[in-house]
Amino acid sequence: MADSASLAQEARRTWTPRPATRRRAGRVGDPLFRGLLRAAAWAVVVLAGGLMAALVWESSAAIRAFGFRFVTTSTWDPVAGEFGALPFIYGTLVSSLLALLIAVPLSLGAAIYLSELAPAWVRPPVSFLIEMLAAVPSVVYGLWGIFVLVPWLRDWVQPPLGRWLGVLPLFSGPGYGVGMLAAGLILSIMVLPYITSVAREVLLAVPNAQREAALGLGATGWEAIRVAVLPYGRTGLIGAILLGLGRALGETMAVTMVIGNRPAISASLFAPGYTMASVIANEFTEATSDLYVSALVGVGLLLLVVTIVVNALARLLVWSVGAPAGARE
Amino acid sequence: MTPRARRRIDRAVSVLAALCAAAVIAPLLMIFGFLLYQGASAVNVDFFTHLPKPVGEPGGGVANAIVGSLIMIGLAGILAVPLGVLGGVYLAESRDRRLPGGVRFLADVLNGVPSIVFGIFAYTIVVIPMRRFSALAGGLALAFIMIPIIVRTAEEMVRLVPNALREAGLGIGLPQWKVTLHVVLPAARAGIVTGVIVAVARVAGETAPLLFTALGNRFWHQGLDQPIAALPLQIYAYAIAPYEDWHRQAWAGALVLITLVFLTSLAARLATRGRTVAR
Repeated sequence: MADSASLAQEARRTWTPRPATRRRAGRVGDPLFRGLLRAAAWAVVVLAGGLMAALVWESSAAIRAFGFRFVTTSTWDPVAGEFGALPFIYGTLVSSLLALLIAVPLSLGAAIYLSELAPAWVRPPVSFLIEMLAAVPSVVYGLWGIFVLVPWLRDWVQPPLGRWLGVLPLFSGPGYGVGMLAAGLILSIMVLPYITSVAREVLLAVPNAQREAALGLGATGWEAIRVAVLPYGRTGLIGAILLGLGRALGETMAVTMVIGNRPAISASLFAPGYTMASVIANEFTEATSDLYVSALVGVGLLLLVVTIVVNALARLLVWSVGAPAGARE
Repeated sequence: MTPRARRRIDRAVSVLAALCAAAVIAPLLMIFGFLLYQGASAVNVDFFTHLPKPVGEPGGGVANAIVGSLIMIGLAGILAVPLGVLGGVYLAESRDRRLPGGVRFLADVLNGVPSIVFGIFAYTIVVIPMRRFSALAGGLALAFIMIPIIVRTAEEMVRLVPNALREAGLGIGLPQWKVTLHVVLPAARAGIVTGVIVAVARVAGETAPLLFTALGNRFWHQGLDQPIAALPLQIYAYAIAPYEDWHRQAWAGALVLITLVFLTSLAARLATRGRTVAR
């Protein structure tokens, strides 16, 4: 009868791979495969570097011709060969900030509801619908904007606003429906799902001990959120808002379809405007001269740099809160 | 403050937060409702099988645009899926110190880059040298958008594969590359497929980068080096045209597009039910 010790020995002899075999099998394959993987990873680096290089190269003619005036002057006259991007920078900033003004309170409220207050059966379907909202293509928002939002603004919102608040420069002038207000509204709808879902994740990452401590001291649910949960997640929430800003800055089709596309700076939200993304979308195929193309690529470069800065900042803030393992639903 | 007042504030805030959540999803229901109401009547068999008709002639469809979208998404996939998956595997499996962190950061940065900027990139490296708009340029622009998404989802999915599986593979003497190809990747397959589907759903609706790469075309596709139609481009062209009939086609096209996007997103969600889904 073979005793168990000799059985184990036998097994070891049969099953332990001899080092020599293992080394031979991996000698060629492993470095080759590692090289392949590393090449694929480098593709991301090349993509990022190539993007930056191509935009700098193509816009160099405009940068040489106008220098810093490119971002400080507001004359955009392709016929005369004068290109100043200020109206687009202004339009992008104002429409995005307007969007945040509307979207931030709503999405933070929704995130608080979904992470802290909602009954368990409400959370999955609502979170799912919010994900769907993020998946709606921009051109569909634009279509809805042209045929539903703009007429509604023109007929129902702008007349009373103009009548009662028309003394403010913000609401002065005739309301055509299309314009900065429409762009801000549609952008706010588009960034709602992004801010909500990131803010929800940030709040879910807040340790339960925070809530329990506050509740244990006799706080109500809202007081626990206000004194223990929100301050803990503050940097992450700011990151979520910045992520929404990044989206709003680069959004193209929906804005192009409702903002009116006029390169002018006006204090009124009723007035038509223009954004960096929409001038590229509208004029790129019409650009006849090399300088014109170069100026449009220059606007693209500006847009790229601004969105990279905003997004990198947002990532850092969200990461700093950092979801511990298992905190996500 | 009395305890009663505090409780009342607590309840008021709860209601307010619920209203916020309702306000966030209201636009989705509103937009989908309008698409059904305006577009459903124009969706019929002709819509899927015919070319667009000139102004004034009723009927016609967007068959060429659907085919064009599929061709460009296919082109983008051929380039982006292998690169993205291998890059993601590298991020998850590599024990290097510096490169993975940098690549991960760049992929996240690229995820936030506006799609129209990728369009300009494709324009400068394809359209300018070739001197014409083409399906190739459009497909490349879409591939650029897909790569960072796939890299990051593939990475997260490969990370979820339990280490015991790798150790088992290495333990029976398989070389590292066989373990990765035959053990780790199959184990992460469902999640990786989801990442690819998410990326496809995202680029299927992209319009801006196609405006000056694919350009659009009112006929069937005529080769990869020629301008090509795409569904989102067609919707845009119809929406900004001044003809009533075209507006109906735009609604119908949007209904078809959003249905496709929702179905793919839904499929992705079902495929990863119960898993942590990478964002």
